[in-house]
Amino acid sequence: MFKKLAITAVTALALSGTGVLANGSIHTESVDFSFEGPFGTFDQNQLQRGLQVYTEVCSACHGLKFVPIRTLGDEGGPNLPADQVRAYAKQFDIYDAEKDEDVPRKPSDFFPTSADPNAPDLSLMAKARKGYEGPYGTGLNQLFRGIGGPEHIVSILNGYTGEEKEEAGTTFYENHAFPGGWISMPPPLFGEDVEFAGGHSNELEHEAIDVAAFLMWTAEPKMMARQHTGFIAVILLTLLSVLLYLTNKKLWAPVKRKAKEAMNS
Amino acid sequence: MSGIPHDHYEPKTGFEKWLHERLPIVGLVYDTIMIPTPKNLNWMWIWGIVLAAALVMQIITGIVLAMHYTPHVDLAFASVEHIMRDVNGGYMLRYIHANGASLFFLAVYIHIFRGLYYGSYKAPREVVWIIGMLIYLAMMATGFMGYVLPWGQMSFWGATVITGLFGAIPFVGETIQAWLLGGPAVDNATLNRFFSLHYLLPFVIAALVALHIWAFHTTGNGNPTGVEVRRGSKEEAEADTLPFWPYFVIKDLFALAVILLIFFAVVGFMPNFLGEPDNYIEANPLATPAHIVPEWYFLPFYAILRAFTADVWVVQFTSWITFGIVDAKFFGVIAMFGAIAVMALVPWLDTSSERSGRFRPMFKWWFLVLVIDFIVLMWVGSRPTEGIYPIIALIASAYWFGYFLVLLPVLGLIEKPSTNKPATIEDDFNAHYGKH
Repeated sequence: MFKKLAITAVTALALSGTGVLANGSIHTESVDFSFEGPFGTFDQNQLQRGLQVYTEVCSACHGLKFVPIRTLGDEGGPNLPADQVRAYAKQFDIYDAEKDEDVPRKPSDFFPTSADPNAPDLSLMAKARKGYEGPYGTGLNQLFRGIGGPEHIVSILNGYTGEEKEEAGTTFYENHAFPGGWISMPPPLFGEDVEFAGGHSNELEHEAIDVAAFLMWTAEPKMMARQHTGFIAVILLTLLSVLLYLTNKKLWAPVKRKAKEAMNS
Repeated sequence: MSGIPHDHYEPKTGFEKWLHERLPIVGLVYDTIMIPTPKNLNWMWIWGIVLAAALVMQIITGIVLAMHYTPHVDLAFASVEHIMRDVNGGYMLRYIHANGASLFFLAVYIHIFRGLYYGSYKAPREVVWIIGMLIYLAMMATGFMGYVLPWGQMSFWGATVITGLFGAIPFVGETIQAWLLGGPAVDNATLNRFFSLHYLLPFVIAALVALHIWAFHTTGNGNPTGVEVRRGSKEEAEADTLPFWPYFVIKDLFALAVILLIFFAVVGFMPNFLGEPDNYIEANPLATPAHIVPEWYFLPFYAILRAFTADVWVVQFTSWITFGIVDAKFFGVIAMFGAIAVMALVPWLDTSSERSGRFRPMFKWWFLVLVIDFIVLMWVGSRPTEGIYPIIALIASAYWFGYFLVLLPVLGLIEKPSTNKPATIEDDFNAHYGKH
């Protein structure tokens, strides 16, 4: 899996396998995520790594206010054991109106909101952006490549050029993946920002892909259940279609035979 | 019900007779289900069933969604996320409902264009057509208000733009707009009334559907040849028709199963393909999205709305003769509603004595251009109004009006219908199935 991702990421960078948006200047890298396609699944280890990147880096500014912490223990998600979920929840405080003081969060609480009011909440970010919209703005290429939300996140994290400018007291950073080319978020990842257990690569590209996968999960935690339901529905409806086709054929056969006889007589 | 001679319901058992004398409901259902139906109906006649199924599906999923949804500006977006994450099967309910709207509109557009090609609107079916147009209008209102409920960025800004259209009406516009919104801007009052109306209108649609069915059961179904069912005797009628049950029920159910198969593949595997990513950002009255685009099914009319800008001579001329009362903005609004109005008036705009497009050699091609025109309008409606797009939108809008207001009246006068037309539905059916 990792090797495949690594190769994809490297190829993506090398060939800059790009989707060009309307203004022609935005590049979306093509990433081969494990959750793509009708039978795609979330990679539990990747989600855990992504959670770590989120917790140690992104959460300094960004929140996940729609995500209940307990869902970290869900199957099909990061699937953390119950004690780890409890321990994870404790690191964030929440105001308790009864006690009139801040208390540690419980798993039933939600992730905190954004610490920086200018930083958007990330709960749904992977669904709130599109990476592809061609050809000619029809969006038809999304049928083959996906909508490209997580790819857009990876592209943003990888897209900094190092250039900066200051306008009206705000610093902007040049980023080829961001509409307009300048983003107010300072580069959040540089590579080796986190230490993954088990020695997994913590180069910038891998951190970016892992956190994008995690954000896809926060945006669509029931994706695997949905695809499973959809698959069963498609199988059952295929069966029903075949049965109805045969019924219809048999039902109309005498009517059509009569028509044939009428023509030949 | 229809004037086509056929066997009527005869109560047999004592209970049936007892009930029939008091309430002939079994007879009503029997006559509706057993209605003589032209046997040469092709696969374009299956969309009515798809629409009925879509309406039922939307009402059922909608009722359950309403049990978990909160119509309040601070809670609506979060309550949708609650449905997606915590409600049992909530992610399916919501994605079926959201994509169900797309299925509904896809089916209604094919159904409408079927009618436009085969002349389903022509006498004696004008009332069927008009009721159909009312259903379409109610669907648009329902779809628009439903899209506001998740309270995302597109919900909010779409509502702002569309209700703003009413504000363009001279003199009374701003009053009407404030009355619609329940205040000076899109806010909690707007969300609440849209929720209320979004729950109400589907039942209005259901009632209109009953009228629609009643009307075409009175006139009898149209069919691809446009030749009417012979009504001289029961034998003649039976040579042209088959009872709706079981022949067309099974055929329609087969088509419905195939369409639902595709529908559930979309819901299961790419439920957000037809949606706008911006609607996953909570509504923010202080941040306008770069491009405000409506859902795909409104795009053709949105394109017509935007096509008539202040630099178009028709707009300038209208503004001049009305002393500026009809400005570009109001002209666009008139054009948008006019685009639907000309479609509703088509029974009286089409002068041709030939009903079906199959036997109209010139009409055929202009109709094909209209279908392409509709798709072009849909595409250009999603593009920004810059570069070449406004010109494309203007030409495509002009064709839309030209088709209904010029081509249809004129074609009927100059066109010579094909003589290669079957005399009866029976002949058409036999010719089709006899050759194999």
